[in-house]
Amino acid sequence: MSMLSDQLLVVAILAYLVSMLCYAVEHAFGLRGAVARTATRELVGAGAGVEPAPATSPRGGATSPRGGVTSLRGMATSLRGATSWAGRAAVGATVFGVLAHLGCLVARGLAAHRMPWGNMYEFVLTVTFIGVVAWLVLAARRPAVRRLGLYVSLALVTLLGVAGLVLYTEVMPLVPALRSYWFVIHVSTAALASGIFLVGFVTAAMYLVRAGYEQGRVGFPYSLGHRLPTAGVLEPLTFRLHTLAFPIWTFAVAAGAVWAEAAWGRYWGWDPKETWAFISWVVYAGYLHARATPSVRRSTATWIAVLGWLTMLMNLFGVNLFFEGLHSYAGVD
Amino acid sequence: MRTALVLLFLLAVAAIPGSLLPQRGVNVERVAGYFAAHPDLAPVLDRLWAFDVFASPWFSAIYVLLFVSLAGCVVPRLRDHVRALRAVPPDAPRRLDRLPQHADGVVVAGGPDAVAAALRQRRWRVAVRGGTVAGEKGYLKETGNLLFHLALVGVLLGVALGSWYGWHANRLLVAGPDGTFCNTVQQYDDYGLGARVDPGELPRFCLELADFQASYLDSGQPVRYAATAVVSGFGPASVRHFSVNDPLRLPGASVYLLGHGYAPVLRYTDRAGRAQTTVAPFLPADASLTSEGVAAFPDANGGDRTAQVAFEGLYLPTVPDSPPFVRSAYPAERAPGLMLFPYRGDLGLDAGIPQSVYQLDRGQLAAGRLAQVGEPELLRVGGSMTLDDGTRVEFLGTRQWVTLSIRHDPGQPVVLASVALLLVGLMASLFGRRRRVWFRPVSGAGPAVFTAAGLPRSDYLGFTDEFSRLVAAVRTQRPAETRQLSQAQQRGPR
Repeated sequence: MSMLSDQLLVVAILAYLVSMLCYAVEHAFGLRGAVARTATRELVGAGAGVEPAPATSPRGGATSPRGGVTSLRGMATSLRGATSWAGRAAVGATVFGVLAHLGCLVARGLAAHRMPWGNMYEFVLTVTFIGVVAWLVLAARRPAVRRLGLYVSLALVTLLGVAGLVLYTEVMPLVPALRSYWFVIHVSTAALASGIFLVGFVTAAMYLVRAGYEQGRVGFPYSLGHRLPTAGVLEPLTFRLHTLAFPIWTFAVAAGAVWAEAAWGRYWGWDPKETWAFISWVVYAGYLHARATPSVRRSTATWIAVLGWLTMLMNLFGVNLFFEGLHSYAGVD
Repeated sequence: MRTALVLLFLLAVAAIPGSLLPQRGVNVERVAGYFAAHPDLAPVLDRLWAFDVFASPWFSAIYVLLFVSLAGCVVPRLRDHVRALRAVPPDAPRRLDRLPQHADGVVVAGGPDAVAAALRQRRWRVAVRGGTVAGEKGYLKETGNLLFHLALVGVLLGVALGSWYGWHANRLLVAGPDGTFCNTVQQYDDYGLGARVDPGELPRFCLELADFQASYLDSGQPVRYAATAVVSGFGPASVRHFSVNDPLRLPGASVYLLGHGYAPVLRYTDRAGRAQTTVAPFLPADASLTSEGVAAFPDANGGDRTAQVAFEGLYLPTVPDSPPFVRSAYPAERAPGLMLFPYRGDLGLDAGIPQSVYQLDRGQLAAGRLAQVGEPELLRVGGSMTLDDGTRVEFLGTRQWVTLSIRHDPGQPVVLASVALLLVGLMASLFGRRRRVWFRPVSGAGPAVFTAAGLPRSDYLGFTDEFSRLVAAVRTQRPAETRQLSQAQQRGPR
């Protein structure tokens, strides 16, 4: 079972890699949005001999030439076909990856006879799984954001790669300190909140790129902006993801405090993990606060959300690997 | 709101040194270690409270200011909200077509009464003024928001209550009736009492560790710890079981199992032939419970201060098959062995300076007043070694010991209840949506044709859908239903 779990992890990573490649193809060659569609239609229209209106690219300026229109039309059509194929393949590969990912977690749990959240390797596997499921739900409900899949797949492949290469731990039963029903409650909600915050971070970062692009900034990373959904879509989405994750995170921290009371005798002791959970909570509370303050710009507020994710990463990797504390369950030597 | 934002950010930043530097409240030994490693920097940091971040004046200043700002914001909002809860929905603005949602020519057969009934059915607050119907909904958002902020104050009060009336203490307890300890400050290894706790008021009970069991995997990873204690002081003595994650709950105190180890039992027969036995708890140094400690016999050899005897020991619960015998191979006692280093001389116990019971006095060793006599030997259970002066020490076996934390925090229920309210308030605040609608008769078109408009008062992406569903529902409201409803309402108050 343990072997099967390890093999399924490799399958999942490969599937996410394939989906990343497909998204990249779609990203590189795709024509999207109202402007791009208009541009294509006008190219096609010009080919049919109708008086062409000047087709303007989103960056302004480029007018479609009258000559060679027929070949352009053919190219546009074939490109559109190829990219929609790539987009579909990307989603397919993601779904396949999710199934392998789920199988990996289930096999791991069966091998260990417990929930697969006993060490850092398993925790990262779970957080990324929740993240990708949240992402698929989101992509199904809002097709406009599907293109963000490139960045989601990138984050997934990176995190899972780190999990497999650096954090990998043999299947082991739980240490006595983790033998409690609070283990299931605390760790599952912490993983759930982290997974949603992860997706929220992706949309927040994309919003910042897109907002910069819409303000006319040039150069990397703003140049990525013109293929992204509009800031008007990304910003409320970011906010909603955080409003979903924040109460879950609050509950996870509170459940951790109840458990800490039973295990260590105090509900809060400023252990490094607790301190960083507190910092993340305060930063995300600051984000929600800033979002509700009219005088704070939306991009400033979103930067706070990005900062929040950095504190989450610090808590997951920094505290587990570099600090000595009571939450030393990483199992990494 | 901006002030609160700045203070929140400051609070997050101020907490960071608390995780980067060792804290006295978390681990005193590591603070001492930091002082030893950075003798120049540490005193400066200490003056800045860097080792007591969460008790420091500057950290307190930030959260006190935050709560002042919170009160300054919440109290006026509470007043406004109470007023809003009692007020009727406001009049329609003059230009309904300027609102985010807007529908013209809504025909409702039953007139304003039917509109009002349809809104009430959907739990809107309704006011009808001269044919115009105003509705408002989603007061729960502000209620939840206020509840969240007030619950934060509750959390702070609970923490304060705990620090005034709570207390905690630690104690190492060796198994066996002679190790029994009673709950008084004199018998603790260390303790901290809240500002309003009198040492005489601690609950009176005594605890004997009857048994302790640890089980391990073949890899040496622990699986289970279980302690059995005899508790007396609350009526007849009772046998209670507790373990990690399952503390011993007593009236007015909880007892938590924190750690465990082995205490070798040694019998030393001195020059006069007098035998003394000591149980010396050794401290585990690694996961295989290789343990180190000292067994001292200060009264040996007739109280001659220059001929006191002590043994530094290295206890291996499972001695490896081949040398070096410096690390245990397994945490359980499969092949126990005790390496003893004999010392004789002045142990320095009369100097009046508190010293570690797990180490010999380095000063005495350096001064030559205490010296090693003879080579170390590895003893098995029941084995003995003879010193150069013909005296003898026997290794009789070991006893288990546990470290316990005994605590009481009366603020806990307050904090827990506040956090529960905080969560409820938070969800109402985040997911609640305040919105208003108006239905105004179109002038000159009779009382049954309305212009409808809606205004979400917070971010609410779904309001367009809700508004169109509401307008559709109002259109199909049947007059008969309306009459019954309004009759019922008229009957209600009488």
